[in-house]
Amino acid sequence: METKRLIYLDNNATTPVDPRVVDAMLPYFYEKPGNAASRSHPFGWIAEEAVDYAREQVAALIDADPKEIIFTSGATESDNLGIKGVYEMYASKGNHIITTRTEHKAVLDTCQKIEKSGGQVTYLEVGPDGRINLDELKAAITDKTILVCIMWANNETGVIQPMKEIGAICAEKGVLFMSDATQAVGKIPVNPRETGVHIMAFTSHKMYGPKGVGALYVSRKNPRVKVTAQMDGGGHERGMRSGTLNVPGIVGFGKAAEIAKAEMLSDAARLSALRDKLENGLCRLEETYVNGNKEHRMPHVTNISFKHVEGEGLMMTFNQNIAVSSGSACTSASLEPSYVLVAMGLGDDLAHSSIRFSLGRFTTEEDVDFAIEAVSKGVNHMRDLSPIWEMYKEGIDLNSVVWSAH
Amino acid sequence: MAYSEKVLDHFQHPKNVGTLDKSKKNVGTGLVGAPECGDVMRLQIEVDEVSGIITDAKFKTFGCGSAIASSSLATEWLKGKSIDEALTIDNMDIVEELALPPVKIHCSVLAEDAIKSAISDYRKKNGLEVEAPQLENQA
Repeated sequence: METKRLIYLDNNATTPVDPRVVDAMLPYFYEKPGNAASRSHPFGWIAEEAVDYAREQVAALIDADPKEIIFTSGATESDNLGIKGVYEMYASKGNHIITTRTEHKAVLDTCQKIEKSGGQVTYLEVGPDGRINLDELKAAITDKTILVCIMWANNETGVIQPMKEIGAICAEKGVLFMSDATQAVGKIPVNPRETGVHIMAFTSHKMYGPKGVGALYVSRKNPRVKVTAQMDGGGHERGMRSGTLNVPGIVGFGKAAEIAKAEMLSDAARLSALRDKLENGLCRLEETYVNGNKEHRMPHVTNISFKHVEGEGLMMTFNQNIAVSSGSACTSASLEPSYVLVAMGLGDDLAHSSIRFSLGRFTTEEDVDFAIEAVSKGVNHMRDLSPIWEMYKEGIDLNSVVWSAH
Repeated sequence: MAYSEKVLDHFQHPKNVGTLDKSKKNVGTGLVGAPECGDVMRLQIEVDEVSGIITDAKFKTFGCGSAIASSSLATEWLKGKSIDEALTIDNMDIVEELALPPVKIHCSVLAEDAIKSAISDYRKKNGLEVEAPQLENQA
């Protein structure tokens, strides 16, 4: 059987666009080409109507008011707009932001920019399971704190933070709570109002919608939150985000949200069973560890370290057939091990040995069976090649070896 | 990042994987790199004591595809060379042969270090280290 299979287990990077979403988008390229801001003719009215409907679909997914949805170009822009927008809007109240070490770069780099412009940022540590310590959060809040920004679910491990508890703390202290919910929305039930989240970034292309469109949820009631626009122009999106709306993208985002609302729970149940099968299958290999909290975790993700095997090399054994991500090269050309895994206390050696598998709506059981076999074969191949695996097997304490770091 | 055909070939069909008996006097072992850095190479040579020619070379590497290809290539090049010839192998020769991209040049450096380290170990074991150049200097 030399048929070449290509299996996609990198759904946390991006998801395929659901064909139903593509169908919904198509008319908005040629037949209905209007600018949603054109008020003077039917082309514009049709586009505006389509955007309004999509805004309702997206709002319904997170149980929000459509007026609380600001369309953006994606989660990175939403993170930037949320954090910088709050920092500028609430400058008179304080300049301190609290976040975590394991956020996405869109949050971490934005926070660094704020530090350079005179703001103060506290980066909370996470425990070995990837979750923050609530007492540390409480202790970090000062009278200068204007924002707590903590991701809903981690992109590398799928670990879900104690969102309701964090929301309660923020409410008690009167601090705004923002969340990068990019990996959670559309996959698990996410309700910012019930959770006490006031600002929330998410995107279409992680939930089977097109790339290039995302949203920022901004609470309008209890409290009414405002963010300072980061782009100047025509004053679209209630003045918070100027720029001609990406009508086909927004229509697709809306359709993706509608499908997610209807199918999320059945998808999640099916995928968690497949994920567990994959995880259990791979953990039959010796010296194999699952990273992160297994109870509070996204249903479709597993992050596994194969000790004494380097992740990028391992990936090369099967990447002609299976697409995954490695914790050792998550930022493409960078040779640093994953900062998320390092923040969880994994040694650099285990962090270099990790692979993230993220399943999706179109993953089949056959895919998982194939992956278990191919990855196991790859791990065994790499271990046959690995001098440290040989040393481990000979009973040498690898910590006693004097390595020539380079 | 796509790998070159040569890297892929060495990665899929690595040459000279294995272990030589390091207790033998004519075997030199070099172990370079560190697990925390994401690559460790162990390169071994077996030398004919009469002729000074490297008769066998083996490696094991923990690392990415380029690291494995670099060490596989190094063992191929070492066999049949004299110690002095082996010392002239430069990391840039490996870069060129395997068409390594800039981010993977460190893999070739590690392979050169592994060669030098294996030779140094062999020389130490056989009392050839340090004395030889000193004698030359005195002459």
